[in-house]
Amino acid sequence: MDVLSLSRLQFAATTMFHFIFVPLTLGLSVLTAYMETRYVRTGDETYLKMTKFWGKLFLINFALGVVTGITQEFQFGMNWAEYSKYVGDIFGAPLAIEATVAFFLESVFIGVWIFGWNKVSKTFHAVAIWLVAIGTNLSALWILLANGWMQKPVGYVLRNGRAQMVDFAAVVTNPYAIIKFFHTVTSGYVVAAFFVAGISAWHLLRKNEVAFFTRSFRIGATFGLVSSLLVFLSGDFHAVEIAKVQPTKFAAMEAVWETKKGVGMNLLLLPDAKNECNALERLCIPNLVSLLAFHTPDAEIKGLKDFPKELRPPVMETFISFRLMAGLGTFITLVALAGTILSRMKNLENRTLFLRVVLLSLPLPYLAAQLGWIVAELGRQPWIVYGVLKTSQGVSQSVVGGQVLGSLVGFSLLYGFLGAVDIYLLVKYAKKGPDNDLSGIINTVTVRGA
Amino acid sequence: MELQITWFVLWGVLWAVYFMLDGFVLGMGILHNVIARTDGEKRVLINAVGPVWDGNEVWLLTAGGATFAAFPTTYAMMFSYLYTALLLLLFALIVRGVAFEFRGKEESQTWKKSWDVAIQVSSFLPALLFGVAFGNIFAGLPMDASGYHGSLLSLLNPYGILTGVLFVLLFIVHGSLYLSIKTVGDLSVRAKGIADKTWPSLLVVAVVFLAYTKFATKLYDNYLGTPVLFIVPLLAVAALLATRVFSAKGSNLGAFACSCATVLMVVATGVTGLFPNLIPSSIDPAYSLTIFNSSSSPYTLKLMTIVAFIFVPIVIAYKIWVYRIFRAPVTEEEVLGDKHAY
Repeated sequence: MDVLSLSRLQFAATTMFHFIFVPLTLGLSVLTAYMETRYVRTGDETYLKMTKFWGKLFLINFALGVVTGITQEFQFGMNWAEYSKYVGDIFGAPLAIEATVAFFLESVFIGVWIFGWNKVSKTFHAVAIWLVAIGTNLSALWILLANGWMQKPVGYVLRNGRAQMVDFAAVVTNPYAIIKFFHTVTSGYVVAAFFVAGISAWHLLRKNEVAFFTRSFRIGATFGLVSSLLVFLSGDFHAVEIAKVQPTKFAAMEAVWETKKGVGMNLLLLPDAKNECNALERLCIPNLVSLLAFHTPDAEIKGLKDFPKELRPPVMETFISFRLMAGLGTFITLVALAGTILSRMKNLENRTLFLRVVLLSLPLPYLAAQLGWIVAELGRQPWIVYGVLKTSQGVSQSVVGGQVLGSLVGFSLLYGFLGAVDIYLLVKYAKKGPDNDLSGIINTVTVRGA
Repeated sequence: MELQITWFVLWGVLWAVYFMLDGFVLGMGILHNVIARTDGEKRVLINAVGPVWDGNEVWLLTAGGATFAAFPTTYAMMFSYLYTALLLLLFALIVRGVAFEFRGKEESQTWKKSWDVAIQVSSFLPALLFGVAFGNIFAGLPMDASGYHGSLLSLLNPYGILTGVLFVLLFIVHGSLYLSIKTVGDLSVRAKGIADKTWPSLLVVAVVFLAYTKFATKLYDNYLGTPVLFIVPLLAVAALLATRVFSAKGSNLGAFACSCATVLMVVATGVTGLFPNLIPSSIDPAYSLTIFNSSSSPYTLKLMTIVAFIFVPIVIAYKIWVYRIFRAPVTEEEVLGDKHAY
């Protein structure tokens, strides 16, 4: 493989690995903050136990999310130097702002939260985890503004052989990026919701700490339902935006080859990229694709054949990823709905079949989130900045194949090992259940050290 | 032009603050196996940096992000030219971060000792590599119109290694002084002992570095052109000497404050000499990356200046506040009784 393919593979692998941990951080920070707030408000010790139990899992996951994020910042320069030179004027800004505005907040107050149980007041301790949650979500906002710009470049001019920023307001109000932000963070909330509900289901199946895990389950399922509905809503707006600004991605997502009006959606569909058609089209819902794309039933959809072959993304991969993501999203929403209802009825712990379904559903939101990124990034190909710069033009000139192969092997070994250890620890502490000994850890100090 | 100079100063400040803050964390990591005799003592040392290490590391991300935003061409060239060195640095930073979090999550001694080794290696390596990288940047990289002509091995030239050793010794002294004020009793005495024992070697290496810099780099050109600038390296030397004076007087806090100043002024010495280069070319100055030929547009620089002047003070304010919350020394009794500690 050449430097380009290796660099793409490495970026994909490290980003997808990073995004195993990030969505849980996004959602579980909010859930932990909610639990601790309930504790501070009500004084109910179950909420304190919940904060500590879910908080511990949050931290084990958080560590890997943070360190794998450093890779992302390094990689733009290491592997994509030409890209960085070309767009740094506009793309560097959100990354620098992310560090200044969001990373500091998150990283400083996570320290206060971990080590401050006996050093700061109860209320301030809860404020600390909220600041972590806000920092994490703000960080997602800036990184998605940066990514959104790669998808739909705005607020720039091509000058002096590069893209230069002329309108920062346009960059931070880029509709594509804002919608993508909501779509991404809410999908992270769903990951966290199913993480909490799934682990609770495991314990409920064993009748461990029934009251504790029933309450956790209810919080998880409810949060999951609200979030997955928001994922759908933002996803709908996102699709409209994609149809408008990235017609090749949209056509690949829906496997539309010919330009026509009032395109229907085939529930069963199999694209045949070689012959530029679909090998199978069954169970068509008329006008649905047009409706999704432009919110009008007979809108015209541009087909892939309207674009030169070299400007089309890989159709099969984009299409399947999108279909699977949407299918998983639907299933996840239904499970969350059932969970929200059943957890409000009696004896949740006796609904073994349902609890098993929830437990087995735990990885599904993770999978859906990964598939979403495949659609977003693979569907953008061959562009690194849509319509402006090709991926092949962005790769570093001074780096040779051996270096990237070496780093790719290094990342695989290191990430593989750390990922395995992290999952081992998550499983271990998840199975262990809450710590009922609150001696010495209940916050007794009002204000000390100030 | 003023904007580019402003950003050059900010760039230097970000690196200096990063080394001042992560320097003692790296120093702790290099030393905790050496200073501590029991598992309890090791935990005390790790927990002495526990609440702050993550926030300290963000200065690196900010320095990197600022380089990207303000001087994108330098960012692109620096990271792609130094590919393998930065990769090793990255791996070390990744391992260090998870090692802090994972170390206490299993009771087995093998587990803990493995992570202790990991902490040690992953703290030593960045200290060395940052030194090697900056030494080579001070001396200039072999680059011209056709690109970069160096490799990982060519970075390991005598001046690069000397700068690497300087950084390692600097952080050992800095870290052990930090630990001396963050621990009590025998542990604190031992930490201070390491600082005192290392200090003479640091002084020697620092003097050799200042002399060798005359031959290996063009850093002194700026100083000879504007002699008043000599105050910067003089302050660095003064701070280094004062570190020893305070230490001898028994003022660990004073000694640590001086070692903070030393780190800041050492970075300032290098950066002042570099100006207006960010990465000089060792082949021909025409190919040097300067703040003028590698910067962002005035629009972006202005925007980033506004962001920096609003948010950096806010960050500094809440960081100082958090350091105050955790200002008390860490004791073994406290660590053993705290289920949340590392």
